[in-house]
Amino acid sequence: MTPALETRAVTRDYDVGATFFGKRRVVHALKGIDLTLERGKTLAIVGESGCGKSTLARIIAMIDPPTSGELLIDGEPIDIAKHRVTSDQRRKVQIVFQNPYGSLNPRQKVGDILTEPLLLNTPASAAERRDRAMGMLQKVGLTPAHYNRYPHMFSGGQRQRIAIARALMLNPSLLVLDEPVSALDLSVQAQILNLLADLQDEFGLTYVFVSHDLSVVRYIADEVMVMYFGEVVEHRPRDAIFADPQHDYTKVLFAATPRADVASIRARLEAKAAG
Amino acid sequence: MSLLEIENLRVTFDTSSGPFAALSGVSYRVDPGEVLAIVGESGSGKSVAMLAVMGLLPPSATVTADAMRFEGRDLLTMSAAERRKIIGRDISMIFQEPIASLNPCFTAGFQIEEVLARHTDLPRRARRQRAIELMQAVGIPEPKRRLASFPHQMSGGQCQRVMIAMAIACAPKLLIADEPTTALDVTIQKQILDLLMRLQADHGMGLILITHDMGVVAETADRVIVQYMGRKMEEADVLSLFENPQNAYTRALLSALPENATGTRLPTVADFRLAGEDA
Repeated sequence: MTPALETRAVTRDYDVGATFFGKRRVVHALKGIDLTLERGKTLAIVGESGCGKSTLARIIAMIDPPTSGELLIDGEPIDIAKHRVTSDQRRKVQIVFQNPYGSLNPRQKVGDILTEPLLLNTPASAAERRDRAMGMLQKVGLTPAHYNRYPHMFSGGQRQRIAIARALMLNPSLLVLDEPVSALDLSVQAQILNLLADLQDEFGLTYVFVSHDLSVVRYIADEVMVMYFGEVVEHRPRDAIFADPQHDYTKVLFAATPRADVASIRARLEAKAAG
Repeated sequence: MSLLEIENLRVTFDTSSGPFAALSGVSYRVDPGEVLAIVGESGSGKSVAMLAVMGLLPPSATVTADAMRFEGRDLLTMSAAERRKIIGRDISMIFQEPIASLNPCFTAGFQIEEVLARHTDLPRRARRQRAIELMQAVGIPEPKRRLASFPHQMSGGQCQRVMIAMAIACAPKLLIADEPTTALDVTIQKQILDLLMRLQADHGMGLILITHDMGVVAETADRVIVQYMGRKMEEADVLSLFENPQNAYTRALLSALPENATGTRLPTVADFRLAGEDA
């Protein structure tokens, strides 16, 4: 079966510090990323800020072109530097961003936010667009009454539901989620993670889930890819990587994650009492 | 004697749709050398309480309390000038967004020295020397060179270290940290938390840590207050809270942690509220 997503030696360079006199410096944000992802699976990409995980997410979502290397969606090579993204390609991949306060246009009503992808990429009629938006609102746990409201009337969790609904309007097969729950409270985060799990079951979605929160990753991912300074340092199935991290950086990352279990608290308090 | 003692704190904001109670009667107590964590989600009033102590709330806020004492001195009745002598010297605070909390127009060194100029009578040269020591204490490499750096030239972790250096400049008795690591990566978060805990232990400071992250609570706190919608839900020492939470909301928060997931679905606070109402 063709994988839902494949990248071959994808690199991305950014020119920085270009001064008036033309002195240039190049940052290699991605240094040759190879990955394949089966349909219906969730790949988590973890790493610190600056490791290139969002750069990779934007390349997969066909927002930015890679500097070199190949991107294949459903086995079809895509090069947005040469050819405009077609509606068919755009329909396959959608993205949800981290900050639901910044990623929704404050001057658009929810209905317009949801129907715009259909307007741009499909021949659907106005009535059809409206029906599908209404249906999608219910799918993500909102109601048709929300159709005519503006984003500022919603809480952070509700806004993230709107962002997810917008991404699903085109029936994509691959959803790129760039830190979709980092800006949310714990209980809201749980609701959104449940929603994502339900939607994946219902539509057979493939997820690329970018996150720095290992407890979330452990909950949602099938495979985990750890990135460090533009390179993949470890890419293995979830259970294997959590049971036995191989790379030093993965170990550092795991060790830095706070533990909220009773045994660790007791150990800490004992160490503190011992002085 | 408790370091900080607040009884029945109420904070109300005047809004266009009438008064909004952000905090309805919550009491706090911190002892010297103790780490108190205040946990809650957005809107729980966890930051508002400490902003009220610092006198940093906007004029639209009405603050009332039966008592608000720092080392036995009443903060409510003292003059603004007297209060300013305590705030910044004996009580100091660090905030969530380190880069936004520093003044972008002044160097890190200037901002640390400004605290010393305000609260001590050290001469200029001694202030500079002390600023270098402070930057060393919070683990900023090449402190002499970093004195001249502006906030935008430093990373988020470095800026938070500068904030901490400013906050501990006058050896405060109480440090209030409002989500000090929320904007930072886990590895940097660990470094900053370790630093705060080390400074707290070395100086015997009282530390109030405001956070929504149960992991951070588990790694740092002695005692925990759980807040929800401006009310205190539960107060307990850290071990009992995690081992045997009494309140339904606390249980909901703990079970919403992805690492505590037992089945394929995460329980949410709403699930718990319904279960509680049925019971």
